[in-house]
Amino acid sequence: MSEQPNAIDALTAAKPSPGEKYFPKFEVTKELTEEAAKLVALYPEGKEQSAVLPIIHMIQEKHGYICPEAMPWIAEMCKSTPIHVAGVVTFYPGIHTSCPGKYHFRVCRTIACALSGGEELMAYICGKIGVDPASLTDEHPMAVSPDGLWSIEPVECLANCGFGPNVMINDTLYSQVTPKMIDKLISEYSKKD
Amino acid sequence: MSEITYIRGREPHPRETRRIFRNIDREGYNPSIKCFMEDGGYETLKKAIKMEPADVVNEVKKSGLRGRGGAGFPTGVKWTFIPKGNTKPVYLVCNCDESEPGTFKDRFVVHQDPHQLLEGMIIACYAVQAHFGVIYMREEFPEAAKIMQNAIEEAKKKKFLGKNILKSGFDLEIIVHRGAGAYICGEETGLINSIEGLRPYPRIKPPFFPAAIGLYGCPTIVNNVESLCQVRQVLMRGGEAFAAEGAQRSPGTRIIGVSGDVRRPGYYEIISGSITYGELLYDICGGPKRGRKFKAIIPGGASAKVMRCDEVLKDRNPDGTVREMSVFDIPLDLDSIAKFGSMSGSGGVIVMDDSRSMPKVLNNLNRFFAWESCGQCSPCREGNPWMLKLSTRICEGKGSPEDVDLLKSVADNICGRTVCAFGEACSWPTQAFTTKFREEFLALTKPINALKAHSPETAEARKYLIRED
Amino acid sequence: MSSIPAILPKDAAAAEGKVNVQINGTWYRFPKGTRIVDACNSVGAHVPTFCYHPKLSIVGSCRMCLVEQGMPPRLAPGAAPTYDENGYQPISWMPRAVIACANTVGENMGIRTNSKMTEEARKGVLEFLLTNHPLDCPICDQAGECKLQEYTADYGRGTHRFTEAKTKKGKNLSIGPRVNLDQERCVLCRRCVRFMKEIVGEEVLGVVNRGTHNAISCYPGTTLDSNYSMNTVDLCPVGALTSKDFRFRMRVWFLKSTPTIDVNCGTGTNINIWTRESKVYRITPRQNDEVNSCWMPDSHRLNYKYINAPERILTPLVKTDTKAPQRPATWDSALNLVVEQLHKCAPTETAIVASARMTNEELYMVRALARQLGITKLDIVSRKGAGDNMLVSEDRNPNTNGVKMILGKTGTGLNAIRRGVRNGTVRFVIALGEDLTSPEAGFTKEDLEGLDYLLTIHHSENETTRMSDVVLPGVTFAEKYGTMINVAGRIQRLNKAIEPMGEAHSDWAIFRDVSERLGCDCVKVIACPTPMMVLEEMAQEFEPMKGLTWGNIGNEGKVILNTGVTIPLIERTKAKN
Repeated sequence: MSEQPNAIDALTAAKPSPGEKYFPKFEVTKELTEEAAKLVALYPEGKEQSAVLPIIHMIQEKHGYICPEAMPWIAEMCKSTPIHVAGVVTFYPGIHTSCPGKYHFRVCRTIACALSGGEELMAYICGKIGVDPASLTDEHPMAVSPDGLWSIEPVECLANCGFGPNVMINDTLYSQVTPKMIDKLISEYSKKD
Repeated sequence: MSEITYIRGREPHPRETRRIFRNIDREGYNPSIKCFMEDGGYETLKKAIKMEPADVVNEVKKSGLRGRGGAGFPTGVKWTFIPKGNTKPVYLVCNCDESEPGTFKDRFVVHQDPHQLLEGMIIACYAVQAHFGVIYMREEFPEAAKIMQNAIEEAKKKKFLGKNILKSGFDLEIIVHRGAGAYICGEETGLINSIEGLRPYPRIKPPFFPAAIGLYGCPTIVNNVESLCQVRQVLMRGGEAFAAEGAQRSPGTRIIGVSGDVRRPGYYEIISGSITYGELLYDICGGPKRGRKFKAIIPGGASAKVMRCDEVLKDRNPDGTVREMSVFDIPLDLDSIAKFGSMSGSGGVIVMDDSRSMPKVLNNLNRFFAWESCGQCSPCREGNPWMLKLSTRICEGKGSPEDVDLLKSVADNICGRTVCAFGEACSWPTQAFTTKFREEFLALTKPINALKAHSPETAEARKYLIRED
Repeated sequence: MSSIPAILPKDAAAAEGKVNVQINGTWYRFPKGTRIVDACNSVGAHVPTFCYHPKLSIVGSCRMCLVEQGMPPRLAPGAAPTYDENGYQPISWMPRAVIACANTVGENMGIRTNSKMTEEARKGVLEFLLTNHPLDCPICDQAGECKLQEYTADYGRGTHRFTEAKTKKGKNLSIGPRVNLDQERCVLCRRCVRFMKEIVGEEVLGVVNRGTHNAISCYPGTTLDSNYSMNTVDLCPVGALTSKDFRFRMRVWFLKSTPTIDVNCGTGTNINIWTRESKVYRITPRQNDEVNSCWMPDSHRLNYKYINAPERILTPLVKTDTKAPQRPATWDSALNLVVEQLHKCAPTETAIVASARMTNEELYMVRALARQLGITKLDIVSRKGAGDNMLVSEDRNPNTNGVKMILGKTGTGLNAIRRGVRNGTVRFVIALGEDLTSPEAGFTKEDLEGLDYLLTIHHSENETTRMSDVVLPGVTFAEKYGTMINVAGRIQRLNKAIEPMGEAHSDWAIFRDVSERLGCDCVKVIACPTPMMVLEEMAQEFEPMKGLTWGNIGNEGKVILNTGVTIPLIERTKAKN
């Protein structure tokens, strides 16, 4: 058994995910730097640090997650420090530190959706995409299917409580989701290129 | 204006009064500026920008408009908290981090009618003389962020935004800043820290009242999406006309989101105080599901204290006599329910029928709060996981009767002792559930459990001492 | 019906820029803007705190300092305020406790630190802090000076109500060359984070994760290697940050602390030396807002090992013949030998190399000795280095200003002495507290070999002592009393923390004894029993020291010279306020 990294090194330890094959690897390019500079410019002068979240979103959209190499770069872009960026990255559940699948399920588990069957739906999706629901914990809230195509993550309130259970696949919200709909969505998404 | 037709199956209930949601689910309506302007959009801005900023503030003060984010603070009064003689820039932030479980109203505005928000926001910025506005969009609304961004571009082209708006000499930039999935960002100072790129820990008040020391240390007004849309209504209809409608202390319309065990859950825009909870749940939402009875209502988002449907409430008539009533008789405005120990908050009504286990509902809420606690201050950081562990154990049948009291006591120890209102938000449900549904909690417990080990460490330590059952 | 005083207390207080505050039933007056916590502590109503530190920004996150607070009732429009017979308004108490660290006192405010509400709030908060705390006090270095322990004694329940599994976090993490981190013991007060960001200006520490998993961390690959890193250990109210140097070495309750000053540079950082019997275990900064605030550099803090090192010279050493090896001698015989030898040295061919690491009292005695022997070739070894724009001064001698005042020297004469040694005009050298072969002094081994006579007073063995004809064992700064004048002209006291090692004597006493045996007849010198008396003697002679006594210098020192030099960190702190 390999030695676990200690609590500090774990911040930047590589967390390999089968989802990585669907996203280009993070790489600092001229375009990326320019794009980051544009985001920084949105905020008043001297407040570069405000662009931390926008830059994180930009990287996550392109590369799927915030890899260890990205954090010092983000810090440099917004005149911050790597530990500060790590503090922000590890705070928000919406920021991933390991790569999700190509299609990322976010299943609401909060009260209203739970009342309408969100938890059962969660178990159903896990079964469909081949993920062990028990592997989802507070520390590791996301699981990726072995083929890297799917990933699933329980989330708190998606603010569509009247129409639960709610599920997001990437950026699209699906409400009043049934197992049948899941079957249909999975087959539709897997046909997309 | 022509008659509005709504998408089939999504027509408003006859008892609704659609103002903010006028264009939600409207047939043929899309988020473009064209649709909005055909519906009279930006006319109010044209009117407002010719007024003195102070007059706009006065109009809003006159209207009695109260914030729609949950706390219900008068919007116009909030605006006047900017220090007199302030020389720093003023910022206005739109709180679109709608994340109180049970609340789902802002979502429809930002997805379907973004210009309505934008117009309200521009008016508000003008009123407080803010030249930089931020729409803090929750991460779970990625499409809305794009729609909003697009709306900003459209408005800029039409000169409703940018330099010298409508030749008034007033400049305004608005940007969309996306969150990343944290409930605490709905707390205004947490939100400000999030915009500053810090961990969104709420700030202590005093001294960090946003209107005095907010974003970048400058005076900052944080308003909810619905509040800003209501600002537009106020200016459109006039402050006095607005104040005349609905409940005296919380005038205007309110958007109520109903979820849980009712036949027709959904969003309903009603005149504040014009109906009771009973009318909402039975008449508008169609009552309980077949063969079921209502058991409990959480009247104002997950953090509001739960109300028992079979509880007899006592209220005083104007003549001093006492009358008995149930939760269904309480008018649906901002304050009435506060008399009975709960709050109407953000207007998210969560309903549970008699098929539900209340400890399990509480456990779900506790998980939410334990997960969302930012961990800045001790009571909330340590108290929430404790409450979660206790309620989980009770739900699993591993609790003892004392654990129910302990659970309540832990909540009491959090409440009122934290940096921000999260401390109340997370402790109220536990306090209310364990008090009002105590018998359900006790039914799941066994006295012998008090002697058992609840953690692997204690189990190990007690291996040789305790006989199992 | 009671009457109201003619002058209301509020007006009387306002005239002095103060406000009236009732603390636990008694009325006090405090300057406007005083924090409630400081106000309460100043009158003995102790307020427990974790995150509050007067030198750092206020975050108000530990919630330990909750107190019950009240203000005069809000008046209905048109209503006049009511006053009691002492002229105070009634206090309406607020339903919830407020934090004492972030709130300032106000007129007619009431504070209760001993009420049920306050007590309950503290008990509640403390219980939360203990839920996930590992309770490994028996092996924790902080035990004995841990705030969590202290407050548990005050507000603990005595029994556990938390029986669930605890949150697991990182343990025994090395976060820097001198500091260790235990995340489970941490109460997340963020004092360390704020110190590094606000005082040092390096954001190397931060909080990661969220909620109950929140933990202090540094970024992998970067370490807490600042020269001020160990201040975070002092700041840490619990055992989360511990000093690698002090780890597991001694239980703090066995240690005695002695207030004194640091001698590694001209700043004269105020410190406490922590000792048990004759051993020094650690040094911590002592607050002095005019010198070092609450901080000190690691380099200075850790430079104490020489005090108990095997290199210490424990007895006088003498050579009876130039070729013979050194051998131990008694003080009596060594001093007699020294006197005999000094009489043989021609004053014009003798030089004294003194040290700016000596106290004023020692320097005064050196001057007396030089005058008595008629030696004019006298100077010190100056030490310069880069300042760090914080607390480390460019002047690496602690008492350059004392030397200037007493000897009138600055180190520029050392070249001449060195030249004299090389061209043979100086044949006898008395080296006091300096290793002449050190780079700063610049003598070579050959230089020293060529001398006819070398007398050294030093606390530890070095190249110079090994080549000396006579070595008299002096003491380190931890073993003596005395005063020094820092770069900013502040005279400060050194206190004796431990007894001199072996048979070592305080340097000033050695000079006194030599003088006496040389035939000095000045009663004041030869009868001087303590360095405090030397100080009083000096106070007669030197204008800046006029009126100074050991007592009135105090633990914080006194500015006696206007040097025009400032301490950068202190200047920055003052500019901020």
